[in-house]
Amino acid sequence: MLRPRIIPSLLLHDKGLVKTVNFKSPKYVGDPINAVRIFNEKEVDELAFFDIDATVLNKEPDYVLIEKLANQSRMPLCYGGGVKTVEQAQKIFSLGIEKIALSSAVIHNSKLVTQIADRVGSQSVIVVLDIKKKLLGGYEIYTHNGKKSTGINPIKFAKELEALGAGEIIINSIDQDGVMKGYDLNLIDKIAETISIPLTVLGGAGSLADIEKVIEKHGVIGVASGSLFVFKGPYKAVLINYPTQIEKNKIFKINNSGNTE
Amino acid sequence: MITLIDYGVGNIFAFQNVYKRLDIPTKIAKTSQDLADAQKLILPGVGSFDFAMSQLNGSGMREILDELVNEKKVPVIGICVGMQMMGNRSDEGKLEGLKWIDSEILKFDENLIQQRTKLPHMGWNDVIPVNNHPLFRGLEKDAIFYFLHSFYFKCNNPTDSIAFSEYGISFSSAVNRDNVYGIQFHPEKSHHYGEKLLHNFANL
Repeated sequence: MLRPRIIPSLLLHDKGLVKTVNFKSPKYVGDPINAVRIFNEKEVDELAFFDIDATVLNKEPDYVLIEKLANQSRMPLCYGGGVKTVEQAQKIFSLGIEKIALSSAVIHNSKLVTQIADRVGSQSVIVVLDIKKKLLGGYEIYTHNGKKSTGINPIKFAKELEALGAGEIIINSIDQDGVMKGYDLNLIDKIAETISIPLTVLGGAGSLADIEKVIEKHGVIGVASGSLFVFKGPYKAVLINYPTQIEKNKIFKINNSGNTE
Repeated sequence: MITLIDYGVGNIFAFQNVYKRLDIPTKIAKTSQDLADAQKLILPGVGSFDFAMSQLNGSGMREILDELVNEKKVPVIGICVGMQMMGNRSDEGKLEGLKWIDSEILKFDENLIQQRTKLPHMGWNDVIPVNNHPLFRGLEKDAIFYFLHSFYFKCNNPTDSIAFSEYGISFSSAVNRDNVYGIQFHPEKSHHYGEKLLHNFANL
């Protein structure tokens, strides 16, 4: 049986790892290469890195760091941040990354999805949408670490991205980021019923129960979190953690011989 | 010694790292000369079928590879698209495959996939080996592997299938005929399960 995926999502800032709250006040949580080593040991389903400096500072992706991350990783890796061209995407793939997350570049030029998918295959092209609730209801896509509004409706845009050849969509809730009070389930429902490509949700997990809630409703889905997997306890001490295979099977309702209960 | 075929497609370094940890020497082959002393080959592959085939055809290594595999019977394992390239043809492209195992590469039928998410088949899934094939020797019963693909390998000789997985249908997630092996999942990204399988390949 194909399993849901539980994905630590890590933010790169100034060559270190940070965690934000509502996309603000980045707190240093460690060294990225060391984190990959620890997550290798924990046999993580997939690992996602987002460089939160690249787009804002209009920088090239840090290829040296990306290569080091890919070489260390014994699990599938997703990289996002500052990817604007087919050439950049191809270079990142050649360094050993399985999936590339596009973001602001796609918001302004959605055909980029098709161009990159044609070269490397749809399955490896992911679009991450940073989404904020509107004051009077509904949702809107933001870029540049939540600072620039776009006026674009994420539900309609997700459908368009699927038609353009995106292989997966990650929705990242700005309102729930780092708050650890649960996912925006309403937003997840709305996007999930719109698309048939894989969906990964990010923003808000405070416990494994929050993850379980999403999986119970949506089955095979990617459930990502930053805070939950880097902080421990009420004072948010930095401690990398991740559920064991047995804990995951419980969440997936799989018994130990690999069958569903 | 494991020779990794580097034709500009797929992640050679991930395999190199696994074998480094296992203390098994590897060599990267970029030219036909590099292949001259090959004892065991890995053909990785990602992306689209035609892109991968045209890269391999244009690499200058195609001819000697056919000779090594078909005549000298050097063991070779194709990974993901590398496995699919070993077939006759693919629904995904127009180019001919390597025809090392008599098979067609077909697209999954989305209508048979019950859940909301259809394609690609992406994530961790069970792999059930047939007849204790040595490639899966010593692996736990609940071993799972990472998949990322939308097309699957359909053997024309059913006995070439050595493991099955389920995605809408039951499909061959690993195949073997004589010295030719293929696996649809990514052992280099499948934790200790994948490491075990790559170790087994080295010990064949």
